[in-house]
Amino acid sequence: MFCDVCNTKEATIFLTQMTHGHIKKVNLCASCSKAQGVDDPLSFALTDLLSGLEANDKIAHSSLSCPVCGFSQSDFKKRGRLGCSACYDIFIEGLSVMLPNLHRGIVHTGKVPIKIAQAYARASQLEELQKSLAHAISKEHYEHAAHYRDLLEELKKNPPDNLEKKVSPRQKKIDSPIPSKADDLLL
Amino acid sequence: MNFSDLFDKTTDLSMDSVPHSQIVVSSRVRLARNLHQKPFPGWAKKSERITLMEEMKSAVEALPEMALAFSERMENLSLLEKQVLVERYLISCEHAQKSFGSALVMNTHQTLSVMINEEDHLRMQAILPGFQLKEAFSMIAKIDTALEERLAFAFHPKLGYLTACPSNVGTGMRVSAMLHLPGLVLFEYMNKIINAVHKMGFVVRGLHGEGTDAMGNLFQISNQTTLGEKEEDIIQRLHVVIEQIIQHESNARVILLKQKSEELEDHVGRTYGILCHAYSITTKEALNLLSLIKLGIDLSLFPADVSHDVNALLIEVQPAHLQKRAQLLKTTTKIRDSLRAKLIRTKFKNLPKPLLR
Repeated sequence: MFCDVCNTKEATIFLTQMTHGHIKKVNLCASCSKAQGVDDPLSFALTDLLSGLEANDKIAHSSLSCPVCGFSQSDFKKRGRLGCSACYDIFIEGLSVMLPNLHRGIVHTGKVPIKIAQAYARASQLEELQKSLAHAISKEHYEHAAHYRDLLEELKKNPPDNLEKKVSPRQKKIDSPIPSKADDLLL
Repeated sequence: MNFSDLFDKTTDLSMDSVPHSQIVVSSRVRLARNLHQKPFPGWAKKSERITLMEEMKSAVEALPEMALAFSERMENLSLLEKQVLVERYLISCEHAQKSFGSALVMNTHQTLSVMINEEDHLRMQAILPGFQLKEAFSMIAKIDTALEERLAFAFHPKLGYLTACPSNVGTGMRVSAMLHLPGLVLFEYMNKIINAVHKMGFVVRGLHGEGTDAMGNLFQISNQTTLGEKEEDIIQRLHVVIEQIIQHESNARVILLKQKSEELEDHVGRTYGILCHAYSITTKEALNLLSLIKLGIDLSLFPADVSHDVNALLIEVQPAHLQKRAQLLKTTTKIRDSLRAKLIRTKFKNLPKPLLR
C-alpha cells in the first residue's frame, strides 16, 4: 500500500481517528508521517491532514480559476490558502468537502457586519411584503393588497437609509445609514 | 510613539492583581478580516499589497483607541525589533518575516495590536493579563465594528467572514489563553489534559504557538474551529475548559504542598540557588527554573509576592529582549547565555530568599 500523501513510498504508519462519530483512516510512509508531525501529539491533528487530502483531490479535478484574482485549483493545492474572497464561490465544491472536517458546523451563526445585517433586513422585508401581497390577492382582499403594493413600491423606490421611518419602526435604533450599494456586498 | 519608548514600557501583561493570574498568565482574542474581493496578502502583487496596506493603515490609525499609537511599516523595523514584538506576543512569527506591504499598528498600552497584511489583510488582537477572555473579546469586537464603517470586509451569508485559509473562515476568531501548569507537569498529567482538550475541539501549544516547544511549563490553549458556532459560544466553551484546568492545577498544587512538601522545598531551594549563582544559562533552562520560582511564590514559599518581577523576567530573558537591552547588533548564543545569567543574578539579588524550614 502506498502513502496517501506522497503516493510514492510504501505506507508503514496507519492511523485511525474518530471525529463526530465518523471513522477516518490514513496511511503514511515514514518520512511523510514525520513531516506531518504524527510523532508529536502536541501539533498533529489527523483531521487537518485528511481534510487537506480530500479537498485537494476534489479541487485538483476541476479546472476552474477565479475571475477576480486569477487563482487556480493547482495554486490551492500548492499553497493551502485561497487567492481572494471571491475564490470561496468559485471553489465552493471542493471547500464544501473540506469545511465539515475543519469545523463544528458549515453555516456561520456569529457576528454579521452591520451594513450587511441591514441589507438582509431589507431583503427579508421585501420578501415578507411580497408574500402578504400575494396572500391578499389570493383572498381577494384588494384593499389590503393595494396597501401592500404601495408599501412595496415605497420600499423599492426609497434609498435604504430612509426606510426605517417608512416601513419598519423596529429598525429605528440603528443610526448608521445603509449604503445604496449594500446589495453589492452580498456575494 | 517610537520603538524605544515601546521597549522601555513594560507590557501590561506583567501586571498582576487580575483574575486567576497565578495560573492564567494572559488571555488573547484575535480576529481575521479581509477586504471584499481584494487579493489576500499571500497572493497579491507587491504593489497591490502596498496600496491596500496604506488604505488599511490609515483606517486603523484613525480609531480613537489608536491615538498616539505605535504605527510602523514592517520594512522599517529591524529583525531584532520584530523578534522583541514576537516575544511580547504583539505580532506572530509569520508577521515578523514580513517586510514591504505589511504594517503594524498598536495602542500605547500594548494590549491592542493590528497586523496588516499578515496571512489575512487584517489580524487584530486584544491581549490582557490573567483570565479575561470575555473582556479581551469585547475590546477587539469594538475595534472590528468601528473598522466596518471604513472598510468593506469580505463576508459570505453562509460562510461568514472569509479568510485566506479555510480553517479560519466563519468568525475568523482565535481565542487563546496562556496557562502556567507546573503542578500538572510534575504529576505527568499534561498528556491526559492535552488529549481531553483536543477531543473538545481545542488545541494545546507551546510558548509561541504553532510548532514551538512547551518551555517554562507554559501552555497555550485555543479553539481550532471557527465556523458553525457564535463567538460567545466558542469563548464560553473555552472558558469552561480553562476553569476545569485551573481546578486540576490547583488540586495538583494542594497535593504537592500536603504530600510532597519536602521535595517541593528542595526543588525551589535548589532552583533559587542556581538562578542566584549561574554564569551561563539558556532560555529554556531559565524559563523552566523561573517557572518553579513562580510556583514557589504562588504557594507562599517566599516572604513576599514578587510574582510581578518574575513575570517580567519571563519576557526579559528571551533572546531578542536581552540583545536589545544590551544594545548589541550582533551576538552569539554563548554571549546571550551569559547576559541572561547576569540579568537574572542582578534581579535575584533584590528578591527575598525562600522561606524554607
